[in-house]
Amino acid sequence: MTAGHGLCAHEVSFAAGDKRILDRVSVCVEPGELVAVVGPNGAGKSTLLKLLAGDLAPQAGEIVLNAKPLRGWNAAERALQRAVLPQSPSLAFAFRAWDVVELGRHPHQGRASATEHHDAVHGAMDAADVARFAARDWRSLSGGEAHRTHFARALAQLWAPLADGRARFLLLDEPTASLDLFHQHAILARAYGIAEAGAGVLAVLHDLNLASAYADRIIVLSEGCVAAEGTPSAALTGDVVTKVWRVPCEIASDAATGRPVVAVRRATTPPFAARLAAE
Amino acid sequence: MNAVGGAVSLLATDRLAARRRGILLGLGTCAVLAALIALGTGAVAISPLQVIAILLAQFGIDAGVLVVPQQDAVLMSVRLPRVLLSLAVGAVLGIGGAALQALFRNPLADPGLVGVSGGAACGAVAWIVVGGMAANWSLGAWGLPLAAFVGGFAAALGVYAVARSEGRVDVAMLLLAGLAMNALTGAILGYLIYLGDEQQVRALTFWLLGSLGGATWGTILPALVFIAVALVSLAPLARAFDALALGEAEAGHLGVPVEGLKRWTVAGVTLGVGAATALTGIIGFVGLMAPHLVRLIGGPAHRFVLPASALLGAALVTLADTGARMAVVPAELPIGVVTSAIGAPFFFWLLRARMRDRGWR
Repeated sequence: MTAGHGLCAHEVSFAAGDKRILDRVSVCVEPGELVAVVGPNGAGKSTLLKLLAGDLAPQAGEIVLNAKPLRGWNAAERALQRAVLPQSPSLAFAFRAWDVVELGRHPHQGRASATEHHDAVHGAMDAADVARFAARDWRSLSGGEAHRTHFARALAQLWAPLADGRARFLLLDEPTASLDLFHQHAILARAYGIAEAGAGVLAVLHDLNLASAYADRIIVLSEGCVAAEGTPSAALTGDVVTKVWRVPCEIASDAATGRPVVAVRRATTPPFAARLAAE
Repeated sequence: MNAVGGAVSLLATDRLAARRRGILLGLGTCAVLAALIALGTGAVAISPLQVIAILLAQFGIDAGVLVVPQQDAVLMSVRLPRVLLSLAVGAVLGIGGAALQALFRNPLADPGLVGVSGGAACGAVAWIVVGGMAANWSLGAWGLPLAAFVGGFAAALGVYAVARSEGRVDVAMLLLAGLAMNALTGAILGYLIYLGDEQQVRALTFWLLGSLGGATWGTILPALVFIAVALVSLAPLARAFDALALGEAEAGHLGVPVEGLKRWTVAGVTLGVGAATALTGIIGFVGLMAPHLVRLIGGPAHRFVLPASALLGAALVTLADTGARMAVVPAELPIGVVTSAIGAPFFFWLLRARMRDRGWR
């Protein structure tokens, strides 16, 4: 595997106690692409994201960021090159939404002018559709609004390309979980736009159709291993979905884009009812 | 629509920044006024003008205000060191409270929490009971603060060591370890007091409740140096504290070296609060109240909260000390009694307010 300008996991393994969570997984995000990681609960998606973010260190294998091992970059350098949107962001104290987004500028303190900071915060708030909440106490925002505010913070962190041309990466852990239909698509369209602008984006997603609609590449994780990987049509086949998620389904094709659309059939025997009947 | 929202937000940001500058200026004025009141109040009354004239006279400037030599002597040798100490102790308790609240991401944290105050108290009491009273007083004046400082540092290190595993400090563990450490220091204190004779017990009690009565130029200078170092090392952490409000992992994502920040914060607070406790005993609640009040009026950004807490803490302790001196003339109340009498009801109110907050959130 080449160690070019990407954010890559090489043969990483991670176990919590006896439980093996990831087993020799290799994953790469290149600049300019949106990669979706999908898989059932407990497949190791969030752990993979934490390894790529540097929150956890792999017990075997290595994470490489822009051609250098991740542990070789210090915290400040990492922050210039990648932003992370956690699954359920929280915040102590009554900061206003503007202040929350401004926190994303922390890595750039002393590197950018006040105008650049302001433009980045403002632009990021517009992009995440939260500009009208700017002066509000973030605790008064709804779950979805707060989540979008933190998305704006991640955008502000990666707002401008780095002077030395190093690639930037955005890691999103279930970014659509608390959002309504409009904002689910809005946030992924924005993430896609960021990838088009040259950054690498990796998003952990549950909704296969959202992944199919926006991802350049999909990685299917199952029980700590990569079960399938490729373009949406290559990764989301009927066989893969049925085997990995254990649901009967049909794969249609989107009339406009040709991307797969997964239609899950109603389960004929509800699992609980079946178990009750068996007992 | 977005442009309008942006313009509004920009204005709001500017207004808040201007307001914070105004509040800092106001708190600075409060601290100066509190100092003038404290310097002028006592058995020998000195008007604010006379206070200023005496201070100017030290620099060879004649302000043309009539001053009695006795006023000059009282101000320079008794009140000025005491007021300088109260300002410094208040400032370090305020900023220490704000720093610990930022570190624990919890507005109920206080310098007493990491065991500094309890450990310092143990050190001082051990000195008084075991050796201090036997030695002559000039040795006692140095031994007491030194013993308190060593005790505070040891307690903080112990708490830190317990809370640390695999290179990380878990904040919940730090809180629990602080709780256990306070129970331990409480037991040691109780035992030492039980061992002490009547005269010692009286000295202990007064010290435990807090007093600035021991302030002389000789005793305060080392403490002022320690406190200055603590203030200077904590103040630049403001932006990192803001990021830390997101959580430790998230602060790390923003480039904050979180483990280093935790160690630096605990060391800075211990240095400052340990030195303060050594000289004045335990002055409760200032570290809790000052940051909370400034957050209420100016918001939670630490570039504002840290200096504002220091200024408000300085004003609070100086006024509380004046109150303690004047309440039962010619005797003195322990200052800890004054701050706790104000602080404890405040703490109850805070708990109730937070419960209402939770219901709303």
